[in-house]
Amino acid sequence: MTRIRLSQTATWLRLVLPLIALVASLALAKIARADPLSEDLSGLASNDSSEVSAAIVKAANRGDARALSALHALEEGTLRFDAQKHLLIKSDTGALKDALSGAPATAQGKLEEPASDNEVRRALSPALASLSLSAPSAAVRLKAAHELGRPSDEIVPIVRQVLAKEADPEVKIALSLALAPADMVSDKPNDRIRALEAIRVAADSTFKSDVEHLLSKSPDGKFVEPEANVRAAARAAISAIETRQLLINSVGNTFYGLSLGSVLILCALGLAITFGLMGVINMAHGEMMMIGAYTSFVVQNFFIAHLPAHLNWYVAVAVPAAFMVSGAVGVLMERTVIRHLYGRPLETLLATWGISLLLIQTVRVIFGAQNVTVANPSWLSGGVEILPQVVLTYSRLAVIAFSVVVMLFVWVLMQKTRLGLEVRAVTQNRAMAAAMGISTRRVDMWTFGIGSGVAGLGGVALSQLGNVGPELGQGYIVDSFMVVVLGGVGKLAGTIAGGLGLGLVNKYLEPVAGAVLGKIFILGFIIVFIQRRPQGIFALKGRAAEVS
Amino acid sequence: MKAEPAVGFLALHDKRGWLAVAIATLVLCVLVPILSLAVPVSSPLHLPDYLVALFGKFLCYGIVALAIDLIWGCTGILSLGHGVFFALGGYAMGMYLMLSIGAQGVYKSALPDFMVFLDWKELPWFWRGFDNLSVALLAALIVPGLLAFAFGYFAFRSRIRGVYFSIITQALTYALMLLFFRNETGFGGNNGLTDFKSIYGYDLHQPSTKVMLYVLSALALLFTYLLCRYIVTSKAGRVLRAIRDAESRAMFVGFNPTSYKLFAWTLSAVLCGLAGALYVPQVGIINPGEMQPANSIEMGIWVAVGGRATLFGAILGAFVVNGLRSFFTAAMPNAWLYVLGLLFIAVTLFFPDGVAGALGRLKRKS
Repeated sequence: MTRIRLSQTATWLRLVLPLIALVASLALAKIARADPLSEDLSGLASNDSSEVSAAIVKAANRGDARALSALHALEEGTLRFDAQKHLLIKSDTGALKDALSGAPATAQGKLEEPASDNEVRRALSPALASLSLSAPSAAVRLKAAHELGRPSDEIVPIVRQVLAKEADPEVKIALSLALAPADMVSDKPNDRIRALEAIRVAADSTFKSDVEHLLSKSPDGKFVEPEANVRAAARAAISAIETRQLLINSVGNTFYGLSLGSVLILCALGLAITFGLMGVINMAHGEMMMIGAYTSFVVQNFFIAHLPAHLNWYVAVAVPAAFMVSGAVGVLMERTVIRHLYGRPLETLLATWGISLLLIQTVRVIFGAQNVTVANPSWLSGGVEILPQVVLTYSRLAVIAFSVVVMLFVWVLMQKTRLGLEVRAVTQNRAMAAAMGISTRRVDMWTFGIGSGVAGLGGVALSQLGNVGPELGQGYIVDSFMVVVLGGVGKLAGTIAGGLGLGLVNKYLEPVAGAVLGKIFILGFIIVFIQRRPQGIFALKGRAAEVS
Repeated sequence: MKAEPAVGFLALHDKRGWLAVAIATLVLCVLVPILSLAVPVSSPLHLPDYLVALFGKFLCYGIVALAIDLIWGCTGILSLGHGVFFALGGYAMGMYLMLSIGAQGVYKSALPDFMVFLDWKELPWFWRGFDNLSVALLAALIVPGLLAFAFGYFAFRSRIRGVYFSIITQALTYALMLLFFRNETGFGGNNGLTDFKSIYGYDLHQPSTKVMLYVLSALALLFTYLLCRYIVTSKAGRVLRAIRDAESRAMFVGFNPTSYKLFAWTLSAVLCGLAGALYVPQVGIINPGEMQPANSIEMGIWVAVGGRATLFGAILGAFVVNGLRSFFTAAMPNAWLYVLGLLFIAVTLFFPDGVAGALGRLKRKS
């Protein structure tokens, strides 16, 4: 019985052993022909950063897209390896999966994180890019091509291979652009032409100096670029770059000019009301803006302290609050000081300057001499990129829109309301208006209040664009007067034209002449302009001109 | 019967007026130097150096106030840009002082330090000749005068007046301030010109040099006062006042307001240049901050506080306001802007004729 059992076992073994051998040999063969990629990647399971980066470079050179998931995981810091040097990816939930196959896996022994320092990161980004270049999706390839930057010498051949196989025209341009630095110094004219063609299509200004170098002459009088047709391509590339830069500059300048212009309009609108309509020189006008800006600071702090959940909407409260606070200060000023000085413009000028000193010092005492920060609400931070290098920030867009709204508000107030009618009547003929039963003193007070309130609105806009400090208003007072004088006193339309004109001219001049010289040039221009047309762009005609 | 009125120069004042001028001159030009130099340091009567320099500054401000009174008080044109003329005079003197440092600067170069710093190899053309004191003094008078003449010519010709003129003078000083803030303009940029060592061979740090500069300022103030007084009491001065009170009428009577205004305006700028040239060696620095619009407005308030169109009131106003400033900025720095602001408001609202007017009322009552 035992014998039989033995013999049975022997038979069984005789059957099974070859199987085991077969399996073992198969397994051995598999190890011998082990996946070359996993061999490349095995270096990742290390604490030595140079080993890790060597592995990254190897994997990248192989060009197998399967390595992407492991490399992405390394980039995101989710790659781990266990005691068996088995590479695993840890998900957010803590579950592990195999780095290559993606199959769920368990760790054997302690989990460790591969080395990750600057050296690794430097190796990682081009490796990821070159691997993504072989991804099946054109969008992924395009993104990868853009992220390539200037490929290093080891990667250039890979990119060349990818480019030869690439069918998508957009990806092709992006790839040629990435190769351009290498191609431009290539011996083959065709390579150089291809690079220049790509530069021309992309109009990429980063290559401008390189292309210009091709067109320059070396000391012996020969062109750096010997081939005439390559030079022609280079010239085409340069003109494309210049056209694009002109476009970018003019779009950028127009945008910044518009936003500066709207700030100037906001500053000057209130002044146009007090100076233009009432003939009162208010040197404290800038301080009304400063008060508006500080009001938005106070409102912001109130929201932070009491309504942190609605912090994003503090601006909506700050706008009416600033209008009312600045307006109230304006009314107070009018009732206490300015009322007694009507008809004495030079005295008004000095008295309001005194008021501005008082206001500045008061704010300094309350809030300190340092600038305070008024943060943009989250929906105003950031911007939209309409062209490369041209970002329209939301805060500036909002200021432009805001100034349009304020202009409409002032227009409606002046043209469509009873108060506006009375203001215009008093402006045209004070004595006659009084005879018609209009209380000119009351109208004066309200006009001044509105003018100051509008300045406060300008202050809210300024608080969204820059620092808020006690001297905020001083920087704008000269500009605002220039806008009003340029536009013509007593004309709101003139103020708008003057503000936009000054803003645009300022921003167009800045790159040509520099910020300071541009400003000096504009002030000089205004001084000359007033000589020629003392009444401004929109001159009052007829009798109205004589009265004022 | 009254005695025959005196003629010519003596007619500028009556006897009591001349007596006041003589006493003021004696106090300023003789008493102060004696108290500073001859009285020993230990004596309580001794005048310390810093006070001499401070008084010297005030005297320069007095000249500026006279210049502004001439154009504002007597002609009715409020300038918010006289700081420019003052600073230009100061810069002309500063250039001379800068060049007279020679190779004693930080970089041991014949060029001013800031030029070495900017890596300039030689003096710009507009610095040539400024190593000569008389050239510098002449420039301190002529440059502000020329600028004022050109600016005034165009402005008065197009009949810009009142607040418009004030505003564009403010733009003028603002523009020039920006210009002088640039390093490339060639006047030391932000820092201006400073670290002066000597003037005409005399060490600027010696008490005797300080007293000398102080006495020169006092004499310049006296000269300016008499000159302004002469102009104001002359027939031309009457035309100026006629223009101030009713320009159109003066025109219909047959005077050409433009040339009278231009004369007063240019002279006023020249006097400011003189004040600036005397001011800079005493304070030891000139920078674009002097051109800040705020400074020029403050100059106006000196005159308003003292009393417009009285000349001696303007000097008084400059002394009073700056004395208050020195006191408050040292004792209560936070209160100074309140005081200044209230001064602006109070003078315009309640004391339109200033200290001089108040003194006059007191005299009439007694």
